[in-house]
Amino acid sequence: MNSNSAGERLYNGIVKENPTLVLMLGMCPTLAVTTSAMNGLGMGLTTTVVLALSNAIISLLRNIIPDKVRIPAFIVIIASFVTVVEMVLQAYLPFLYSALGIYIPLIVVNCIILGRAESYASKNAVLPSLFDGIGMGLGFSAALTVIGAVREILGAGEVFGFHFMPASYVPFSIFVMAPGAFFVLACLTAIQNKVKIIGEKKGKDMSKIQSGCNSDCMNCSDSGCSKRFYGTGEPEVTEKESHTEEEVK
Amino acid sequence: MSDLMKVSSNPHIRSKATTGSIMGAVVLALLPATFFGVYNFGLHALILILVTVASTVLTEYIYELLMKKTITVGDLSATVTGLLLALNLPPGAPLWIGVVGGIFAILVVKMLFGGLGQNFMNPALGARCFLLISFASIMTNFDCDAYTGATPLTALKAGESVNVMDMILGHTGGTIGETSMIAIVLGACILIMLDIIDLRIPGTYIVSFVIFIVLFSGRGFDSAYISAQLAGGGLMLGAFFMATDYVTRPITKWGQYLFGIFLGIMTGIFRLFGPGAEGVSYAIIIGNLLVPLIEKVTLPKAFGKGGERV
Repeated sequence: MNSNSAGERLYNGIVKENPTLVLMLGMCPTLAVTTSAMNGLGMGLTTTVVLALSNAIISLLRNIIPDKVRIPAFIVIIASFVTVVEMVLQAYLPFLYSALGIYIPLIVVNCIILGRAESYASKNAVLPSLFDGIGMGLGFSAALTVIGAVREILGAGEVFGFHFMPASYVPFSIFVMAPGAFFVLACLTAIQNKVKIIGEKKGKDMSKIQSGCNSDCMNCSDSGCSKRFYGTGEPEVTEKESHTEEEVK
Repeated sequence: MSDLMKVSSNPHIRSKATTGSIMGAVVLALLPATFFGVYNFGLHALILILVTVASTVLTEYIYELLMKKTITVGDLSATVTGLLLALNLPPGAPLWIGVVGGIFAILVVKMLFGGLGQNFMNPALGARCFLLISFASIMTNFDCDAYTGATPLTALKAGESVNVMDMILGHTGGTIGETSMIAIVLGACILIMLDIIDLRIPGTYIVSFVIFIVLFSGRGFDSAYISAQLAGGGLMLGAFFMATDYVTRPITKWGQYLFGIFLGIMTGIFRLFGPGAEGVSYAIIIGNLLVPLIEKVTLPKAFGKGGERV
């Protein structure tokens, strides 16, 4: 599949590089607004609209925006769309507007949007950028809706307003509070990793499905986090090498 | 040939204590409070205790079976967790509360972090706080056949007078195991005599709590009020049985003093200025989270390190 085709971009956003479960981006809205499936879906779709439109416009302007001021320029474009979306929500979906509250204006600083603008839209043509935004947005929406649904079922016994659990069910109200978001997100990420591991064992090439953390910390080399805790291991290696060099001499 | 020297690597002196023997002693020390709770609150309390202990032990067994790990149910640590959790439940709580709490304590707080010795938080208290947040109305409803109305601490917070003698003996409402100060102190004496816990953490905890109360309650040195604060709620159970948990307390000597003082101050803040009447559980789990930091700042210097260079 062509790496810039519309279908590939959608698949990439929804599955391969799912912003929430794989890239671990946009954690603030993920944890804060997913108290119900409806809120999660609303937040996801709102972000999708902003993401798709800002990606398209940034891609259009990518050859005009000077490199040094690209971040402020991206922010201006994103903020404009967020303002538009906020006004539309306030006018036509006031219940969602009040439920999402401060998190709508905060879409401006959502790292998924800025991340896609920086890493994709500013380097690629308009159409792939648009679909990249839609794919990423849908992936975000799907993750948020699932998290919201699980939290709502466990924490309130219903989903999308339908009673899901028997009447005798006593809801775990912790799941609609902040700790519940962490529990559900952790479980979904663990399931995602498990699926990946099972796939690898069956011999499929799963390396294309990236994970936020590829392997255990000891063997991880591509991020700064392992070096902080375990040291790089590089000085040791160079020392050994220099020893062998001396011995050779 | 009989004088052959036996050479082995260190350690050469071994303690006979095992996890199982220590946990067994803790169970023994908890029995007075357990028996008093059953005597005080009746048959339902006994069934609740048994169900909770069964759920913690079974959760550990099934998890280790499924994960193909060594079965460690025999070291009794899951039993202690279950018993402590049960003693922290209201006597009228439905049985499924004990089951849910037991599963959460073992599965989430203990096993997912690597089992005994790796848990960063006391499993029983973690589960109690999980239940308290999830099912606030059940967990703060202390009405049962024997007692109705507010617990002594709630009454104290509302400014009513309480019978301190009843609180020390334990003839009051509250969770199953916390009401009788005498039974808990009796159990604590067993642990201290068997050299399983020392007074560093409980002592500094209680003393700093009393100082905090004297300074900030606005009543000055009111001995009736202070003894009611000491005998009421989970302070004694928490100080002797949960703050001293081997896994989640600091290992350094000065760290243990610091830990005790921190718990005393936090409990005082929760009880005097918090929205609820009780705060021992939250104080201890917040203290547990700070243990790595406390250990870092109180790590003793190895012999020969530090000091001025001459």
